[in-house]
Amino acid sequence: MELICPAGTPAAYREAVEAGADAVYCGFRDETNARNFPGLNFTRDELREAVAHAHSRGVQTYVALNTFMRAGSEDTWYRATDDAVAAGADAVILADMALMDYVADRYPEQRLHVSVQASASNVDAVSLLVESFGAKRLVLPRVLTVAEIANIARQVDCELEVFAFGGLCVMAEGRCSLSSYVTGKSPNMQGVCSPASHVRYREDGPDMVSELGGFTINRFGEGEPAGYPTLCKGRFHIADDDGYAFEDPVSLDVMEHLDALRAAGVTALKIEGRQRGKAYVAQVVSSLRAALLAPKDERPQKLAHLHRLSEGQRTTSGAYDKKWR
Amino acid sequence: MLLPRPLTLVIDRLPLALVQRVISQVFNRALQQHPDLFDRLGHEADKRFCFTPSDLDLAFIVHPVSRSIRVSRKSRAPRCDAGVTGPMLTLLALLEGRIDGDAVFFSRSLAVSGDMEAMLALRNALDDCSFDLPADLAGMAGPLAGPFRQLAELVRQRALAGLV
Repeated sequence: MELICPAGTPAAYREAVEAGADAVYCGFRDETNARNFPGLNFTRDELREAVAHAHSRGVQTYVALNTFMRAGSEDTWYRATDDAVAAGADAVILADMALMDYVADRYPEQRLHVSVQASASNVDAVSLLVESFGAKRLVLPRVLTVAEIANIARQVDCELEVFAFGGLCVMAEGRCSLSSYVTGKSPNMQGVCSPASHVRYREDGPDMVSELGGFTINRFGEGEPAGYPTLCKGRFHIADDDGYAFEDPVSLDVMEHLDALRAAGVTALKIEGRQRGKAYVAQVVSSLRAALLAPKDERPQKLAHLHRLSEGQRTTSGAYDKKWR
Repeated sequence: MLLPRPLTLVIDRLPLALVQRVISQVFNRALQQHPDLFDRLGHEADKRFCFTPSDLDLAFIVHPVSRSIRVSRKSRAPRCDAGVTGPMLTLLALLEGRIDGDAVFFSRSLAVSGDMEAMLALRNALDDCSFDLPADLAGMAGPLAGPFRQLAELVRQRALAGLV
């Protein structure tokens, strides 16, 4: 299986290549991708250099253009697509069907991957995108069990990529409005979930309090591992209980299901984390590469340290190992 | 991992003017080596960032647009737009991109405050800049550049072993 690795900066990109990525995914410094964070991402020149560097090492570059086009500003996405193709992107990762149509029409030779943000999670949805736009690969939402993934793989005519490690969303990918509700901005449209401009931290005695859009969303006791300041990982007072209503601050790790995913017909494993630093990229990519090459009984040892890098310093296999229905 | 107590006692007793002079030289040297350091900051370059080592009685205030750094005692640190507090070695490791900022934040070894958009932009700018402090600063040691670099690399190696 291929290892698809994140890069938010050229430095992280180089680390991913060095650490054993088969492909690196990245985006431009604007709202055309779902990690539109301050100081992050690539200029057109940086992308061209990254693609050339990767190709010289036999590594591919996928460009994420996976937000939904804003009415009246479609040209921003079309220009980004033109530039990604011109830079030599080996694939573009898209969520908006109109943009898929643009690529299929203008660049029929360009490899098209469907982003997790498209939220295609059943055979009919996947087949529609393959037949309509010639999608070669689909990144599955993190809502499916391994058995469900295997079932889809048997019936569709494209490659499947699944998230293997990293941040975990609330499983309404491409449809989540929690960030919009509090801040007016969302990963789907502006490329930012819980934008940093709306985040504040303050100390309250030994506690750290996180605020989003003026709302207190969490309070971490002294020494308690923290998570991202997203509403989905906020703690709420419900009835007589204070706790996580949507999900705990925890990262995804499905490497224990590696053989099952391989048997299911999965083509590629994706590491989440374009917003993370180059040290994270180097450590996670090299560890997952080592695990992919190792016999099953040696894998846990190669991955054991990764929980320390994870949100809340904990990991879960999430829906892949779904036990709640 | 904290700085050894005897070392912090010495540093905290140094005259502030001397610390300011040394830090300014180090800062200017770093900017010479990495002139594009602040390019990723965009409009956040006009913000003031305060770095406060938890194991020293010092605060370092960086103003990217004027390419300046100011050192003060913690109690006299001016108000800044964004701040980060953590052990000195952790801050240096972050500066070099040797550890992941989010992971250190999750572990609560680091505290951030103020304008998070500015802080995130700075974090990403630093992370993309390939700082190598022993190599970058060795030139300041003149004829002792070689031994300085070797010693600094050894110190870094031991410090990182305690961090990661």
